Amino acid sequence: MSEPVIKCENVYKIFGANAQKMLQDSNGNVDAKTFQENGCIVGVNNASFEVSKGEMLVVMGLSGSGKSTLLRCISRLTDATGGKIFIEGQDLLQLNNKDLIDLRRNKMGMVFQSFALLPHKTVVENIAFPLQIKGVKTEDSINKAMDMVKLVGLEGRENYFPRELSGGQQQRVGIARSLAVEPDIWFLDEPFSALDPLIRKEMQDEFLRLQDKLQKTIMFITHDFDEALKLADRIAIMKDGIIEQLDTPANIVLNPATEYVRKFTEEVPREKVLLIKDVMDTSKDNLGDLKVSKNEIIENVAEKILTQEKIVAVVDNNNEIIGSINPTKIINTVFGGRKNNN
Amino acid sequence: MEFLKKYPKTFQWLFLLIVFFALCFAIDVPETYKFIRGQAEFVKDPNQSSYVFLGKEVRYYAFDVFWRLPPLLGWLPIWINDSLFFLMNEWMPIEVWNEDTQEFKSRPVVLQISRNLTAFMTFLIELIREILLGGLETIVAFTSWDWIDKNPWAELPGLPWTIVAAGAALLSYKLSGKGLALFAGLTMVYISVFGQWKPSMQTLSFILVAAPLSFIFGLGLGIAAFKSKRVEKALYPILLVMQTMPQYAVLVPALVLFGVGDHAAVIITMVVAIPPMILLTLLGLRAVPPEVIEAGRMSGCNNFQLMFKVLIPTARRDILIGVNQVIMVCFSMAVISAFIGAKGLGFNLLLALNQLNIGLALEAGLCISLIAILLDKMSLAWANKQTDYFGNLTFYQRNKNLIFFGVIFVVGIILAYIGTFLFKDTFNYLFEIPHNKGISTADFWNKGVDWIFETFFVYIKAFNTWLIQDVLQPMRALYLRMPAIATIVLVVGAGYLIGGLRSALVVCALTLFIAFSPWWDRALVTAYMATFGVVVSCIIGFTVGTLCFQNKHSANFMLGVCDIFQTFPSFVYLIPVMMLFGITDTSVLIAVIVYATIPATRYTIEGLRSVPAGLHDAATMSGVNKFQRLTKIEFPLAFPHMMLGINQTIVFALFMVIIGAFIGTEDLGQYILKALSDKKGAGIGLTLGICVAFIALIFDNLIRAYVQKRKKHLGID
Repeated sequence: MSEPVIKCENVYKIFGANAQKMLQDSNGNVDAKTFQENGCIVGVNNASFEVSKGEMLVVMGLSGSGKSTLLRCISRLTDATGGKIFIEGQDLLQLNNKDLIDLRRNKMGMVFQSFALLPHKTVVENIAFPLQIKGVKTEDSINKAMDMVKLVGLEGRENYFPRELSGGQQQRVGIARSLAVEPDIWFLDEPFSALDPLIRKEMQDEFLRLQDKLQKTIMFITHDFDEALKLADRIAIMKDGIIEQLDTPANIVLNPATEYVRKFTEEVPREKVLLIKDVMDTSKDNLGDLKVSKNEIIENVAEKILTQEKIVAVVDNNNEIIGSINPTKIINTVFGGRKNNN
Repeated sequence: MEFLKKYPKTFQWLFLLIVFFALCFAIDVPETYKFIRGQAEFVKDPNQSSYVFLGKEVRYYAFDVFWRLPPLLGWLPIWINDSLFFLMNEWMPIEVWNEDTQEFKSRPVVLQISRNLTAFMTFLIELIREILLGGLETIVAFTSWDWIDKNPWAELPGLPWTIVAAGAALLSYKLSGKGLALFAGLTMVYISVFGQWKPSMQTLSFILVAAPLSFIFGLGLGIAAFKSKRVEKALYPILLVMQTMPQYAVLVPALVLFGVGDHAAVIITMVVAIPPMILLTLLGLRAVPPEVIEAGRMSGCNNFQLMFKVLIPTARRDILIGVNQVIMVCFSMAVISAFIGAKGLGFNLLLALNQLNIGLALEAGLCISLIAILLDKMSLAWANKQTDYFGNLTFYQRNKNLIFFGVIFVVGIILAYIGTFLFKDTFNYLFEIPHNKGISTADFWNKGVDWIFETFFVYIKAFNTWLIQDVLQPMRALYLRMPAIATIVLVVGAGYLIGGLRSALVVCALTLFIAFSPWWDRALVTAYMATFGVVVSCIIGFTVGTLCFQNKHSANFMLGVCDIFQTFPSFVYLIPVMMLFGITDTSVLIAVIVYATIPATRYTIEGLRSVPAGLHDAATMSGVNKFQRLTKIEFPLAFPHMMLGINQTIVFALFMVIIGAFIGTEDLGQYILKALSDKKGAGIGLTLGICVAFIALIFDNLIRAYVQKRKKHLGID
């Protein structure tokens, strides 16, 4: 496997006057409480993980959990207090200012919760902004920006000012701007949190469509667990600066690592999240006639399976049987394992 | 006791007032005390006490320390004066090459710097002035007088007024559109036809140097303060004092440092105009949302790009208010600096006022105000301009404005040339209409003033007498009757009750400075005039603001009116009041009231507007009527913001009171005006200015402390 695009090793971010010294003294064993008594606030506590090419890692946590701080460390909008961050093998914290600017101009794009559009520029000027900063000729940058306008479906509004657009449209501009330089790495900081539920769902679908086409390496921040489940390849759940669990959506739902994570998973409609392959058995005995694909979401095939008397066969993409699923298993998965179920 | 527990604050205030009045009644007016008028303080009187400090002798009338404190700071103005003199004439001599005598000459470094700065400013002003009006100085600056003598043709001819007028209209059209273009054209034609062309262009050249320089320095220092906490901390107290210091007072030290003339006026205008620009730049940059900064960084901006492409454009709203302030101050100073020899409309205005030629003053004042409004609108339009990327423009379309200007230029010159034949024996009216050779409405206005005087003399006189005898004189007597100790107790006590110990100490220090200065009585008179002005202004402002707020259109209209009134140079306000009330305290007070009502009205409307819409709905659903909503919901919530308006009102009122000295009032302003013509006036002028600034800062401190507390209490902000 190739080098991970983003790699964090024991990243700490601690706010406060003598954070650096306290971190050194603590020997990597950071206790938020003692730090707070000494006037330091722990933002990110010992985060280590990797994101590989084309993967979407969603960082989920409630407000104050340090998820945005973690993202800002990786984009180096703030400097991490300790640890190492590698972007495509380059040590991010060792980069000088010029290299950092180069990296941002060519490799990174970021979308913000409050859109962060420049109020004095029109839609197309906002989108062309990173290109113009890079030194692209005005005409070329405007042409490229117009392509982006089409990509996010804002044709006809390119000469509007941000204040004349709705929230969803503004965020489309934000997305277009972050994609204008064709970055490999895409950071999204709660991009849809400020939007209405209906618009949010629409934007999520739009986002998935874009990602399908573009295949960027993505770090996506959200406080919405459902959103995380819907979008993520893998989810990192953060609490008080610590990554409580980092795993695929299915594994988080099925095997929550801590009590905190379990609380989130309780209300999740599992049949909508889990795939057949997540719950199937490997035995291939006593199979019935019905075959289902391993990549189906349970909800879509539940009725079929549950009306069967026999065990159902699970097949892979080549229609070869790789396992089986018992209807009772489906019932257990969907209705079992919940706290208030006894 | 129940009552005491329930209203501890009320009781404390009551207690403070009781102490204050007790002190007032306990301490009698000393028999020897009298208000010192005019020049009396220069008379050596054997009854005077004296002391010597730092080698300066201070003479004063001694009273019971509870009645009036001795002027322990009396040496300060003399010391400032001597220090300035020493700095200018003796400190750190350096060798300077003298071009004329071809030898090195010893000169103090400050004087040398001042000379160079002066020369540079003069060059800039002359350059613009001569492009507009023609002249020799600019060419001389590059060559020499000898060269000019040999080449008599070498002279900037100046632009015919037709070209400038059409050019201004064209520029306005490009920036904004037909409306502004029409306004620009009419303004220019008016100026020319009424024979104000030359002084107007002189004033304009002064503004065109002072305003951009103030803008650049203000922006630069604002950025520096934004980037470094240390710079901000160092700048802040200076800014605070400068913002409240009357513009008059700064003139006097400038006179010593830079001499007399337009260049000194530009420098002093910059000193006055830069502080608000710095503050507003800082305010604007602070208010840029952090995510926008991050978005800029993630777009790959370096520090320079981040500042000039992201931060400053995003902070544009506040920075534009700063530009508006700069322009306003520049025009205000264009008039005031006529006292130190700046040419132009301001000079004419002062001259006309001095001769009581109200008609002429009115014309000059109108010209200044029109140009001020025009420049203000143009700068706004310029900042809001947009580029069109998609129009597929031809060469002609892209450069049509330039081509148009070329055409105008040629036509203007041809017209001016034809003019030389048309008006062979008189002036070439197509080139420049000379001062006072245009149409003048002065006579009409003067007759109008006379008519008003004759017709309404009885009523005006009656009103005047009533106001002065029954309101102003008693009020003034009351202020002067306060023993110093009582005043200090009252002010410091208020400081303690409002803002705690810190506030009390600051206020105490400020008050003591004034009390120890030789001008306590004058400060009391200033305070009385300002108080009267502020109270009336606030009543009017709150009423008008509240009434206008009831309707969205009238509110917008009122804010627009405030904008325009604010653009008028402060001196202009004296014209109509002098028209009606002649040279009396009433005139000054009415000017003060008109001028100070602007911020009171504006802040009332803005304050009421800032009440969240949700609360309106909640109130309506609770079944309140309009009046109840106003008194129970809107006023309490808008009150902190309205208090800030009072703060501004106080500053405006003090400024106008000081300027009123021109008409002849007996406050600190009178002494400042006197210091202008005094050889050793620099120290006096500066100290007086600081006294006025401190009066404003005392109220500023109290009001801000109150507002902060109140806002916290209400959970706004």
